Amino acid sequence: MSPPFDRLRVSGPSYDVEAIRAQFPILHRPVRGKPLAYLDNAATTQKPRAVIDALRRYYEEDNANIHRGVHFLSEHATRLHEEARVKVARFLGAADPREVIFVRGTTEAVNLVAQTFGRQRVGPGDEVLVTGLEHHSNIVPWQLLCREKGAQLRVVPITDGGDLDLDALDRLLGPRTRILAVTQVSNALGTVTPLAELVARAHARGVPVLVDGAQGAPHLGVDVQALGADFYAFSGHKVYAPTGIGVLWGRKALLDALPPWQGGGDMILSVTFEESTFAPVPHKLEAGTPDIGGAIALGAALDWVGAVGLPAIAAHEQALMAELVDGLRAMPDVRLVGTPRVRAGAVSFLLGDVHPHDAGTILDRAGVAIRAGHHCAQPVMKRLGVPATVRASLAAYSNRADVEALLAGLHAVRKLFA
Amino acid sequence: MSELTDLYQEVVLDHGKRPRNFGPLPAETHHAEGLNPLCGDHLTVHARLDAGLVAEIKFEGSGCAISKASASVMTGVVKGRSPVEVDALFERFHKLVTEGPQAGDEETLGKLAVFGGVHEFPTRVKCASLAWHTLRQALKGDAKPVSTE
Repeated sequence: MSPPFDRLRVSGPSYDVEAIRAQFPILHRPVRGKPLAYLDNAATTQKPRAVIDALRRYYEEDNANIHRGVHFLSEHATRLHEEARVKVARFLGAADPREVIFVRGTTEAVNLVAQTFGRQRVGPGDEVLVTGLEHHSNIVPWQLLCREKGAQLRVVPITDGGDLDLDALDRLLGPRTRILAVTQVSNALGTVTPLAELVARAHARGVPVLVDGAQGAPHLGVDVQALGADFYAFSGHKVYAPTGIGVLWGRKALLDALPPWQGGGDMILSVTFEESTFAPVPHKLEAGTPDIGGAIALGAALDWVGAVGLPAIAAHEQALMAELVDGLRAMPDVRLVGTPRVRAGAVSFLLGDVHPHDAGTILDRAGVAIRAGHHCAQPVMKRLGVPATVRASLAAYSNRADVEALLAGLHAVRKLFA
Repeated sequence: MSELTDLYQEVVLDHGKRPRNFGPLPAETHHAEGLNPLCGDHLTVHARLDAGLVAEIKFEGSGCAISKASASVMTGVVKGRSPVEVDALFERFHKLVTEGPQAGDEETLGKLAVFGGVHEFPTRVKCASLAWHTLRQALKGDAKPVSTE
């Protein structure tokens, strides 16, 4: 137990991390006979009781298909689903809930943009610009598009510390650049990118910007109007909602101009065998029965985040991250991989010449859940000259005991491999 | 922690740190690459066959302690064996790392028995098997990289 004095120092008087932990049932199950120290939040977060209850309540009391039934439950489920859209719009600072497209997750959102906006705008000899920090899900959809169109994928390089090389950005933004796709926060290194600056420079050249907010939404949030980006994608399951639900936000004028993506029910106005006409956004881009319960649970998750307060969560995570990074730096054999100017959520490191996979197995036996590997960001690993890293990542409920369990576990790793 | 010491036995740690038969083999007649895309392990196995038997064998690459130790011990035990014998030995080894030790392992598996702790760690079976998949690919005369996925 930390004395109250320490808790004050870590997170300020209003942030009671133990009260927050009490709302996450899974945090109270032992793992391998040890208390769980869950530090794999960049992969997925755990779910608070409020989200689990919202999902259960939907299936126990409200389940029906939406947008078509005339019966009570269908109307009710439709209203709940559309209320969730409004909650997402509020979370993003969007001007209009119709700018919120429900998808399965960030990956689907990027693919949607690549296959609609990208196919419309990118032609032979054109360029798509990504960065050296991207997750595979913000590389491969663009690579597929470029291959299909005979276009070129260009990459903004990163520095040894894991920051974007902004000088190179200006050189790479050229007359053939059709879109810049960039992450808000690196999932592998924790780098926070200077989004406002990136958007300004891209827009100065008339280049639209897609932001991968998968790691940014849970730790920083976003105000899409203030940011001025053109598309923003995030995954529900990294902000305390279930897996299988995510969001693509786009500026309405851009979404209106997109061709349909998947064809099917819900996205049409009328269908004959000769021709179909399409519904306006968001429905044009939401073919088929969506994950209704997932969307409602995402709304509940964003309500939960709003009640705790994202700035309070961020301050708590930043304070705990500073302790974690200090603790890692104090260990003789630890090498941080990525020392970004601004960090959020995650830290990657190596312990001597111990392979991260071995460290992961030993930590796991101590109840500590971290990620060992390339984090679906192989180009980042290659650029920094490491095959893999150990990554620890935080969430609203992370506490000092989690950090201490990790550091103690790393001492055990050192002992075994000494 | 006893499962951990079963996995990381002294011999395993030693072979992981100081792998035997590590390096290129200019006289090779067979080679193959092995990848574990999940963790980035990457091995190349070089072998020289003479009269249908493994006369020399070496490996190179990077990986975790389990994958390197497995490759190291493997290169020691397959020398002098035919591809058919290597396949048979792999089958016993695979049973060991997936199901655990059984009576009679000492005779059939010899030094490979040090991997008896792997079966307690299902996520590490691929680490222990990578070198073997790669060797069998090489002996088939197929230079196409083999992947654990």
